[in-house]
Amino acid sequence: MSAREIHIICVSGTREKLQMAAMIASVSAACGDAVTVFFSMNALNYFIKGNTDAAPVEGEFGTLMEKQGVPPFRQLFNQAAELGDAKLLPCSMAIDLLKLTQNDLDPDFGPPTGLTRFLSDSEGGQLLSF
Amino acid sequence: MSETKIVDACNTYCPGPLMELITYMRQADVGDTLELLSTDQGSADDVPEWVEKCGHEMVGTEKIGEIWHIKVRKAK
Repeated sequence: MSAREIHIICVSGTREKLQMAAMIASVSAACGDAVTVFFSMNALNYFIKGNTDAAPVEGEFGTLMEKQGVPPFRQLFNQAAELGDAKLLPCSMAIDLLKLTQNDLDPDFGPPTGLTRFLSDSEGGQLLSF
Repeated sequence: MSETKIVDACNTYCPGPLMELITYMRQADVGDTLELLSTDQGSADDVPEWVEKCGHEMVGTEKIGEIWHIKVRKAK
């Protein structure tokens, strides 16, 4: 199977954007694509161990997803990592600003990664941002 | 003839049923048939795409009442 490379940048902390990113990550990883997700800005907060804050909705659709059993984005990102070997990478700048370490994040997260490294690794693949 | 294992993913939405199926497919043996139950129309369309892409075998899809029964055989 030829592996496509899909690179996703998550910066928004809203439910809809995180959900769409998680859906793409989980489905493409499950299909054998090489998936990397880079989390920065307001997106990283939701992956800190023990944080159960709900991501705010942008609009009606976010509320609708909350009411109907749509799989939570955190679970989908974890499945992307566990079922499809997706790499979940925290932005090193966000890690510094939030005063975190890799151990503060969900266990599926990889090491803090700089933007230069991420951009270099994503060269030639598809890059999606949310 | 190995028995069919039921994977009940009713009342969840895309990509929940697909992820459920993949979880059980990884645990299954080659030749096993899994029957995914789903109330999500999108998954009924999408799961066969995944099955084809990953080289498994579609046994059949049938809608009984409000529930899709999607049978897949693990081919590798």
